[in-house]
Amino acid sequence: MSDLSTWFQVLLLGLPATLIATVGGIALTVVLSFVAGLALLSPSRTVRVVSRIYVEGLRGTSEVVQLFWIFFALPVLVGFQIVPIWAGVLVLGLNHGAYGAEIVRGAVQSVPRAQYEGALALSLSPAQRMRRVILPQAVVEMLPPAGNLFIQLLKSTALLSFVFVQDVTRQAHDVLIPAFNPYVFPILLLTLAFYLVLSLLITAGMRALERVAGRRLGRVAVGVG
Amino acid sequence: MTWDWNYVADVLPALLDGLRITVIATLLGSLVALVLGLVFAVLMRGPAPVRVVVRALVEFVRSTPLLVQVFFLFFVLPQFGVTLGALVVGVIALGLHYAAYNSEVYRAGIEAVPRGQWEAATALSLPRSRVWTGVVLPQAIPRVLPALGNNVISMFKETPLLIGIGVLDIVGQAREAGNTTFRYVEVYTIAGLLFLVLSYPAALLVRRLERRVVGT
Amino acid sequence: MIVFEGVEKRFGDNVVLSDLDFTVASGEHVTLIGPSGSGKTTILRLLMCLEAVSDGVIRVGGRPLSHMEKGGRLVPADEKHSREVRKHIGMVFQQFNLFPNMTVRGNLVEAPTRVLGLSRDEADARAVELLDLVGLAEKIDEHPSRLSGGQQQRVAIARALAMRPDVLLLDEVTSALDPELVAGVLKLLREIGETTDITILCVTHEMGFARDFSHRVMMFDGGRIVEDAPPEELFTAPREPRTQEFLRAVLGR
Repeated sequence: MSDLSTWFQVLLLGLPATLIATVGGIALTVVLSFVAGLALLSPSRTVRVVSRIYVEGLRGTSEVVQLFWIFFALPVLVGFQIVPIWAGVLVLGLNHGAYGAEIVRGAVQSVPRAQYEGALALSLSPAQRMRRVILPQAVVEMLPPAGNLFIQLLKSTALLSFVFVQDVTRQAHDVLIPAFNPYVFPILLLTLAFYLVLSLLITAGMRALERVAGRRLGRVAVGVG
Repeated sequence: MTWDWNYVADVLPALLDGLRITVIATLLGSLVALVLGLVFAVLMRGPAPVRVVVRALVEFVRSTPLLVQVFFLFFVLPQFGVTLGALVVGVIALGLHYAAYNSEVYRAGIEAVPRGQWEAATALSLPRSRVWTGVVLPQAIPRVLPALGNNVISMFKETPLLIGIGVLDIVGQAREAGNTTFRYVEVYTIAGLLFLVLSYPAALLVRRLERRVVGT
Repeated sequence: MIVFEGVEKRFGDNVVLSDLDFTVASGEHVTLIGPSGSGKTTILRLLMCLEAVSDGVIRVGGRPLSHMEKGGRLVPADEKHSREVRKHIGMVFQQFNLFPNMTVRGNLVEAPTRVLGLSRDEADARAVELLDLVGLAEKIDEHPSRLSGGQQQRVAIARALAMRPDVLLLDEVTSALDPELVAGVLKLLREIGETTDITILCVTHEMGFARDFSHRVMMFDGGRIVEDAPPEELFTAPREPRTQEFLRAVLGR
């Protein structure tokens, strides 16, 4: 039993890094998703192309490669080393932002054309149309896929253990497994449980957001699950 | 100083060998995921205890990092007397992880088959197995091929985390080379390009398939 | 041939059919009429074992359908028993429910080969013969999606007949058809009624058809039989006020 509490505490030491990476990554993802997603719908061809290159480039390559590139290759080019955890946040945000951009684009396009025309008929400016009419409706559509994306991001934080971030996974792999080798089964199960709990928290948070957003649009809560 | 073509020429064979491993892991892993995912999806329509267990397993697998699952199989299996090579463990882990995702895809496809099809098959007294193989799956699977294809592409891009258990895929080879020469720009750029060159056309193909499926 | 004994069907708290008793003789054509939601279709679905009874027993050809005998007692039927009794019952659906992944031929030979164990040639001969009967012989290798609604429904009728059923259930088979296609399907059903001795239970809104096709008409309302009479009687001199009201509404007189 004392073993279990030791393992738990060792894993807990990795939790701050995992949390910073998750929260920072999600924040950057949200920003990039909106910027790139709206850019994909821009009337300017140049803006669309630039955004499309970002989206396809990041979605087309592997996250691990992106991480190693930013951690090992980029310093050679720019001349300084990024703190591992921030390199991690950067990659998580860049990568998932590319997926998020498609979510934003899809949700905006799913808003019925009549809404757009209604706003146009009221002589709202393009920015007003987007901010006051289209986005509030689109956000409701974005939330469910965004929840899945954030869970993907949480799971990807484990990759940061490759670049020396002391997260939960690295604590398990580098500290616990060598020290308590006969007990890898319960140790790794406990590690998985850490992530499961974090996933459930994200899911619960997103459900709450969905309810709030749905109520704002006067939609009745659809059955849970 | 930043880009050395001679170095590129030196490491390219190793990287291509790594690509071979990446492709093998993806193909075998996808095979496992396609079959096992279908099994999960069918079991999820089975009797209550089976359904609940499979559902819980799928949720668990989807909610936890693939890398930790890879470690889990790699370190735990030997303790139960099952010693497998790193690549085999990797294929199993990838297959299991993506089976969980594929089961959701199949499930959506199965649910999209109209109830009337089940009822007509039942009214004709077709045995349960034939209802699945003759009526439901032939209608469900074509619809979900694009989504399954996307999962193959996702798996392809996730195989590099098998370097965690020492598999020498593209990234494994790139890391080996980088660590010996301390030249990282070339190897990781080429690694990235190799992924892009394979996955982007594949993604375009899937999108075309998607449009065709929607069109029918 | 068909016996309902105190049959009740509930969905949760919602009682769809209550304490239903009636019999249908062998070879009889019985039409069920009544407002929608009155439970007519549920009767057909119970007979096809697409739904389970909540209470009571259904017998077909003397054998319990909803139940099976075990140690002298009746217990709810298992899947095997249901499948066995179901073999003798055919059903045609409102939405045809042809299998879109098979050709017309595939739809017709599927069950005879897989369930009745006919050889491919026998089943094929049967398919050709039945498609000839429904006037679609030349469509045998088409896909259902290339047929009109009326043609699809005629194929669905042929598919049900290919099982040589003792009982045929027709569930609003013309409701999903364009008006000009209805007559052809009804004519076919009349032909089948005249040339075979199949027991037919039919739910329809086509009162003209109900009148000249059936031996008996049952008026349903609120999950109960309101009136049960030969068509000439029920349509010309309905006794029950609910029946009079309903007929006034649907016949517009």
